Amino acid sequence: MDRLRDKIVPVTTLLAILVVAWYAFAVILNAPFQRDLDRRAGETPGTVEFIGKTLTQAKPTLPSPDQVATNFFENTFLRKITSNRSLIYHSWVTLSSTLLGFAFGTVLGIVIAVGIVHVTTLDRSLMPWIIASQTIPILAIAPMIIVVLAAVGITGLIPKALISTYLSFFPVAVGMVKGLRSPELMHLDLMHTYNASPSQTFWKLRMPASVPFLFTSMKVAVAASLVGAIVGELPTGAVAGIGAKLLAAAYYSQSIDMWSALVAGSVVAALLVVAVGIVGRFVERSMGGRPA
Amino acid sequence: MNRFKPSWQAVLAFLLCLASVASGSIAAADAAGVYPYEGTRGLILALIAGAALVSMFRISAILEALVLFIGAHLAAWLLIRGIAGVEGTAKAPFYLLIAAAWLLAWRCVAVLSSIRTGSKQASMALRLIVPTIFGAWILIIWEAATRGAGIPFILLPPPSSIGVRIVNSLPILAADVNQTIFKAVLFGYLIGCGAGFLVAILADRVPFMRRGLLPIGNMVSALPIIGVAPIMVMWFGFDWQSKAAVVIIMTFFPMLVNTVTGLAASGHMERDLMRTYASDYWQTLFKLRLPAAAPFIFNALKINSTLALIGAIVAEFFGTPVVGMGFRISTEVGRMNIDMVWAEIAVAALAGSLFYGVVALIERAATFWHPSVRGG
Amino acid sequence: MSIVIPEPKQVAAMSEIKNPVIEASKLGLTFQTNDGPVQALANVDLTIGKGEFVSFIGPSGCGKTTLLRVIADLEKPTSGNILVNGMSAEKAREARAYGYVFQAAALFPWRTIAGNVALPLEIMGISKAEQAERIKRTLDLVNLSGFEKKYPWQLSGGMQQRASIARALAFDADLLLMDEPFGALDEIVRDHLNEQLLELWGRTEKTICFVTHSIPEAVYLSTRIVVMSPRPGRVTDIIESTLPRERPLDIRETPEFLAIAARVRDGLRAGHSYED
Repeated sequence: MDRLRDKIVPVTTLLAILVVAWYAFAVILNAPFQRDLDRRAGETPGTVEFIGKTLTQAKPTLPSPDQVATNFFENTFLRKITSNRSLIYHSWVTLSSTLLGFAFGTVLGIVIAVGIVHVTTLDRSLMPWIIASQTIPILAIAPMIIVVLAAVGITGLIPKALISTYLSFFPVAVGMVKGLRSPELMHLDLMHTYNASPSQTFWKLRMPASVPFLFTSMKVAVAASLVGAIVGELPTGAVAGIGAKLLAAAYYSQSIDMWSALVAGSVVAALLVVAVGIVGRFVERSMGGRPA
Repeated sequence: MNRFKPSWQAVLAFLLCLASVASGSIAAADAAGVYPYEGTRGLILALIAGAALVSMFRISAILEALVLFIGAHLAAWLLIRGIAGVEGTAKAPFYLLIAAAWLLAWRCVAVLSSIRTGSKQASMALRLIVPTIFGAWILIIWEAATRGAGIPFILLPPPSSIGVRIVNSLPILAADVNQTIFKAVLFGYLIGCGAGFLVAILADRVPFMRRGLLPIGNMVSALPIIGVAPIMVMWFGFDWQSKAAVVIIMTFFPMLVNTVTGLAASGHMERDLMRTYASDYWQTLFKLRLPAAAPFIFNALKINSTLALIGAIVAEFFGTPVVGMGFRISTEVGRMNIDMVWAEIAVAALAGSLFYGVVALIERAATFWHPSVRGG
Repeated sequence: MSIVIPEPKQVAAMSEIKNPVIEASKLGLTFQTNDGPVQALANVDLTIGKGEFVSFIGPSGCGKTTLLRVIADLEKPTSGNILVNGMSAEKAREARAYGYVFQAAALFPWRTIAGNVALPLEIMGISKAEQAERIKRTLDLVNLSGFEKKYPWQLSGGMQQRASIARALAFDADLLLMDEPFGALDEIVRDHLNEQLLELWGRTEKTICFVTHSIPEAVYLSTRIVVMSPRPGRVTDIIESTLPRERPLDIRETPEFLAIAARVRDGLRAGHSYED
């Protein structure tokens, strides 16, 4: 009941307002072009008819929500998965490189974090560069990485996954450093009184303490990873993937296609974040964490 | 044995020197049968082995670090200078010597990291020197590997030629920075952050809206918003306005979510205190809740400084006038002018770091009271 | 386990108290929680006169803090009446009738000590010159002169709590509500602050309501001790102190002091008897 009142009702209300606003903007933004069309065709439609027309243009400035929904539905459920107009096909291409990059990134992030926590030299010399690495607009080199790797014969999944790796290792590394350092001094002293070895302290104290931090940062990382994969598809003349679909639609000004590709990307992002969240909750619960 | 304290890095460096002597010439002979820079080899060996040996004696940490620093970097410089002009001829000893020099630098960094000083300036200086050496060695190894192995220029140019490219193309780079950063990024960043902040304050007054906005904002923050770039280009045209629009959308939600969260961050006790003063909404907002939200707001400002740059550059991939960092990157990649791409990236990285650094400095000054700042 | 519900003792009749500052009658407060309603306060009748130092003592959950919060209009009673300075608690709060000291110092870390003391003055729209004068006076009062420019986190716990008392005193309200203000401090600091608080009370003639769970503290400080017990939170005994107003620390070893302390302990035990 509380959840319904505190969350679901406000969220649905706001979403409903957004949809109404979307329709309103669709009419407003598409009206000039429609008026132009009508003038040329010598028609003078009534208000209702005019509004109807603005919402059914073939290449509208802003497609109406139902146009996007129809397009999304057709390209998702009614097409063969192997067809290159199928959004499932494109999503799958993007998803596979996202997941590969995410896996690399998570492993890399954890390894770096473990190194930073245990080796002072790394902490002092590497940590500033890790933070600096994220102020570099890495997506800017996405095209170059892909072109350069293509020149040495590496194409397909790996280059895109590398960009995803770069984007996703950072949140994991930073979150894990925080997590591995989260045990209180008292707990560390306790391990010290047991004369526990560093590896025992690591496996019995630091690692379990860092799990909540790990999953929180993995949620951020998986979203970043998807952005990396999509941007990685932009400049390469890639033929498949959500990014390629966006670019192709932009090239031909097919705004409806553009929006439904965007919706597909958002659906994939939401699914990924939710999936990481579920796995995280499952792991935490099996480790005896309190269900939050 | 008491005056002797070998470190594994120094010992290994010494062994690598021996191995390099045993494995023949540094570089392949040229057409005329002359071995290039064989003459400096003795000097390089002496530098590395000497520094390694000296470092093994029980001397003061500063002195040890200094000896290692000079030995490692002089040797590296000699090696790179030697290979310049005869790229791709390096043989095993070249890499062995670079590795030995790198080990000495590692030892140097390790020594520096273990120094504990009481003075603030000294520890500040150390905190800067250590990562600088690390960064320098990334460039040194990059330079040595690309030149030594003669990696084709279009794959990965050495840092030195990127530097030359930057110096030679300053006007173009300046124009690109002006177009992308001073127009699109700054404008979009200010409007996006400002709008996110204002909407958060509005939402704060209406609990119903706040409860609805927070989950939606969190959700949207995870979406690949960058995908709206082509739509914005379609709406606002090729010039910087469309890029600014992308930046606005990208920076709006992190600001909104962080500000709303931050406004809820003040403690119950503090809010009760304001209530006992019968303080009105705006007094509580300005005297308690906004200062308490400042760390969250600055967090959003920092996140957004990176997002803004990415948004503007990527949006340029979808069409721009013939100027701008994203435009330059995508066209120069097409022409295989990879050094120009790297130059542009170096400038972008510098701009991004500066942008982030400025925001971080303001944060330190404004939230000096927060435990994360005063803890150092 | 016998269940003994103590008879309500004959408490001081309202007519005996002149110039009442706080008048509570049949006060009740029930919280709605997920586990059903919880009666935090039931049938509290209490009158506190001007210049009194009244302590509220009882085990946790007895509603002593809740009662203080009702007086401060931080909670609304669900039944009964509460008057502060002859007006409703809300009106009294809006008239800034009292200073409130919390369990923790709750100083704003981004303000200096002087800035923290200035906070209520700024909110109440007092002129800058007057602010400076009052900051100086109240910081003198709590022996914190010279620390104006320090930040709260640069001070010890005891000093922070003194600064928060200065903040409560700064706007010269006649009533001081203190919710276990020294609970988090160690015994030595607490003794010291107790002594200073008594001295301050003697000098300013303020009315003080003081929540504590320490019997010696309550007996040492108070002119009257209100003993409370939980489930439902209610007043079980009100003890008049026979100690003189001048109280050196070693008064705590006198038979008179110990007798009062014993009575408080009995009262607490009686309130507990039917529970376990």
